[in-house]
Amino acid sequence: MNVFAKLTLTELRLFLREPMSAFFVIIFPTVLVVILGCIPAFREPQDSLDGGRVIDLYVGIAVVLTLAMVAVQIAPAVLATYRERGVLRRFATTPVSPLKLLGAQLVTNLLCAVVATALVLAVGRIAFDVPLASQFAGFVLTFLLSAAGVLAIGLVIAALVPSGKAGNSVGTLLFFPLMFFAGLWTPREVMPEALRTVADFTPLGAAERALNDTMTGHWPAAVSVTVLLGYVVVFGFLAVRWFRWS
Amino acid sequence: MTVIEVQNLRKAYGDTVAVRDVSFAVERGEIFGILGPNGAGKTTTVECVSGLRTADGGVISVLGRPPADTALRRLVGVQLQESQLPDKLSGREALELFSSFYPGPADWQALARDLDVPLTTRYAKMSGGQKQRLSIALALIGNPEIAILDELTTGLDPQARRDTWGLIEAVRAQGVTILLVTHFMEEAERLCDRLAVIDRGTVVALDTPAGLIAGTTTEQRIRFRPSAPVDVALLEARPEVRQVLRHGSQLEVAGTGNLLHAVTSVLAANDIIANDLRIEQASLDDAFVQLTGRSDTGE
Repeated sequence: MNVFAKLTLTELRLFLREPMSAFFVIIFPTVLVVILGCIPAFREPQDSLDGGRVIDLYVGIAVVLTLAMVAVQIAPAVLATYRERGVLRRFATTPVSPLKLLGAQLVTNLLCAVVATALVLAVGRIAFDVPLASQFAGFVLTFLLSAAGVLAIGLVIAALVPSGKAGNSVGTLLFFPLMFFAGLWTPREVMPEALRTVADFTPLGAAERALNDTMTGHWPAAVSVTVLLGYVVVFGFLAVRWFRWS
Repeated sequence: MTVIEVQNLRKAYGDTVAVRDVSFAVERGEIFGILGPNGAGKTTTVECVSGLRTADGGVISVLGRPPADTALRRLVGVQLQESQLPDKLSGREALELFSSFYPGPADWQALARDLDVPLTTRYAKMSGGQKQRLSIALALIGNPEIAILDELTTGLDPQARRDTWGLIEAVRAQGVTILLVTHFMEEAERLCDRLAVIDRGTVVALDTPAGLIAGTTTEQRIRFRPSAPVDVALLEARPEVRQVLRHGSQLEVAGTGNLLHAVTSVLAANDIIANDLRIEQASLDDAFVQLTGRSDTGE
């Protein structure tokens, strides 16, 4: 097995050994879908949603929720802890660059998000007849682009905070507004016009809108894709500039 | 053959000069110690040699390469102070993972056995000594040509410390060059072939432990209980002897040079036997105090 695969496997193991994080990332988004799906009104087509159902929307929102959790809750805390405790420095003295460890951590987060998403889609489809994305290629591309955007933001947090604890706090503080604009409490479709415009320019708001587009058979709106690409480029650049190994 | 050469190393953090001017050369196969009080610049020096920090001035060469050369990561094993591992990683996982980083790793199971590293315990649950021994194992796991060990035995109990010294001597016997940072005199005296004493960012002495001790002006003291009365004047007549004191039935002779020979030859000439003979010689501690003007290493 090559070193990167081995590192990723190790990171995955370590992730699964934190039961709380593992539950919130892998299981919780599906639990949310199940709870909302159990409310009969949410399974009825709504005029205010152009004949769509609340549960259809929340499957997309739950997917965004998994991304938010791995990227702003988990990754910054883990990476800042690795720096704070000298793990990254330890790697810098071996033939394996700490960049590989960072990469393995990001891939681990992505894999967890993929598993959580698959679970959300499967339960949504089986239990509540939520159709799978009819623009599936668009869905996958949007998912990856969104993941890249929020992970870049997570890296910037990891670069700026002094410790794992601080990473955790900053991540949690950011999590709520980001998820608010992604429609966790008020889906985009029922947001007031002004709020919706703001949401479209936030990373998770744009991700939710683009994912929802692909789930209803369209390619994502150009503005959402542009916004997501913008986050990848700007935060990716800042992360590279600011990230410190010790 | 010189494997590490440091010339006029200088490193500052902002306004604080950590290393002012440090030069030394380490020969292949030796155990070279860097000894000094806390804050003397020991760790900064080895971090520059390990390629973890970039020097502000001076030249460092490790196996003929600049310390930033990535080829050195394979050839140099480093044990860092204050470097930890993820909490939930077990000893076995850490050893297996790190051994996969190197082209020709050591047998990690043998290392774990020699160093008594717990395999199934997770890092967060290990004692300080277990963490330290795992850290040493990880520094040696790549079969390095040079091992840089920073505060090797800090946190180990006396038995574990002696076991670790034995292991380091065994590693050196295989031809590995060892650069050792320490503030333990006993460790430096036992392990090191040569020592650089660093104080306030400069090398204040560089010699073998015996050479450093011989260089001190501290006098020796010999105590014994003579089998018959001794004519103190005979002892005092010898140039090595500075002073003779009586403590009840005991005599204490203070002096310099080959004091023991001077005293025993006087006693032998008079058919006197020295019972309960004890020699208090200058130690590396004394040498250290004279060199740095401090009574201890700051610990």
